Amino acid sequence: MTGGLFYAITGVLLFCLGLYGFIQHAHLLRRILAFNIMGSGCFLVLVGLAQRGGQVDPVPHALVLTGIVVAVSATAFALILMRQLYVESGHCTLPGEDEES
Amino acid sequence: MNDILPWLYDSLIALTLLWIAWQTLSTRDLFKAVLLFIVFGLLMALAWVRLQAPDLALAEAAIGAGLTGALLLDAVGHLRVPRRPGPRK
Amino acid sequence: MTRTLIALLCLGLAGMLGWALWQLPGDVGLKSDLQSELQGQVQADIVGLPALVAAHLDQSGVRHPVTAVLLNFRAYDTLLEIGVLLLAVLGVLAVRHAAAPEPVHPQRAGAVLAALVHLAVPLMVLVAGYLLWAGAHQPGGAFQAGAVLAGAGVLLRLSGRLPALLPPGFWLRAGLLLGFAVFLVIALGVTRGGHELLAYPVQQAGGLILAIEASLTLSIGLILVSLFVGAPSPPEHGGEASE
Repeated sequence: MTGGLFYAITGVLLFCLGLYGFIQHAHLLRRILAFNIMGSGCFLVLVGLAQRGGQVDPVPHALVLTGIVVAVSATAFALILMRQLYVESGHCTLPGEDEES
Repeated sequence: MNDILPWLYDSLIALTLLWIAWQTLSTRDLFKAVLLFIVFGLLMALAWVRLQAPDLALAEAAIGAGLTGALLLDAVGHLRVPRRPGPRK
Repeated sequence: MTRTLIALLCLGLAGMLGWALWQLPGDVGLKSDLQSELQGQVQADIVGLPALVAAHLDQSGVRHPVTAVLLNFRAYDTLLEIGVLLLAVLGVLAVRHAAAPEPVHPQRAGAVLAALVHLAVPLMVLVAGYLLWAGAHQPGGAFQAGAVLAGAGVLLRLSGRLPALLPPGFWLRAGLLLGFAVFLVIALGVTRGGHELLAYPVQQAGGLILAIEASLTLSIGLILVSLFVGAPSPPEHGGEASE
């Protein structure tokens, strides 16, 4: 097994961990965190898989670079929607979901 | 010995990444979760260095750990301001 | 009960995905036994992406492969990405304008923060400029430089100086749009010279890429700061110096 494949499999585990957290939590901030962890897992899979032969591949690097910037803008937008929801309703969960965590 | 050391380093980073991610998702304190997420971003930067992607390491350290951290901390500060829960529609 | 079920499903997914990755063949196009089986045209078709990038690097106008991919070979992705960033800012501005107007309470920065801002912000602007320049031949480029600029903007915002330096209005909007506009104008401009969309002429590629990157840096910095500043303020003790 090469270093690239090793990180790709770490990425898969991170993705599934994030997915579990995303389903598990009702609190929107925790969902945003879980979503970001899923994204990081995807990035690791993309870059790690392309480099499993040991050769550095600049194409996934460029794609993931755009991905990181898009992820932060999506996170900022999600956070602002969540804060607006909190200002309007005083809750941090979507209607119909209990606030257990 | 020289073969083992990089492997040890990679495994350490991967295990810490998974552990921090798990802690981020399972801790009860929101503030702590956000701090752990910032640490997660910094560890991702280390992983990018190990994958020979210095561009990604730079971007992840500046954006993933820095800016996202500032955004999340700002949001947590906002949520700490007490607000009477209104009736759910 | 459901919790355990979800955990088991996620574990199963992880196992399946991990197994799928493990089963993938090794590096296609590099393995000698595979190459010996394939010949001629087919062999030329499966050459790996890194080799393709390396072969065309001298036509891209920059010497750093990641920058070459970002702003030349796959410039379409980057153009759309800056479009996505603009959409996110539009969304944020829309949410803020829909919210009730907030009272303005200018926030005073502590002495330590003020001193730090004095020292750090000029340095950060300098670092951003260096990163932008370095992107042509080593790790760096518009995204990292824009992120550092945005970091400086966040510091300014936290010390309460940003509203004075960055009044919302025409110039802010122009700055947000600048990167996308310059990128689009150059992308369309090269089609007039008989090239395809985003296919820069080889001689001018370096200069065009630098122009695009400089405007992208400014716009990305402004967009990221706007995403930070645009957040609705806590209602109870009023807004802190927004707008």
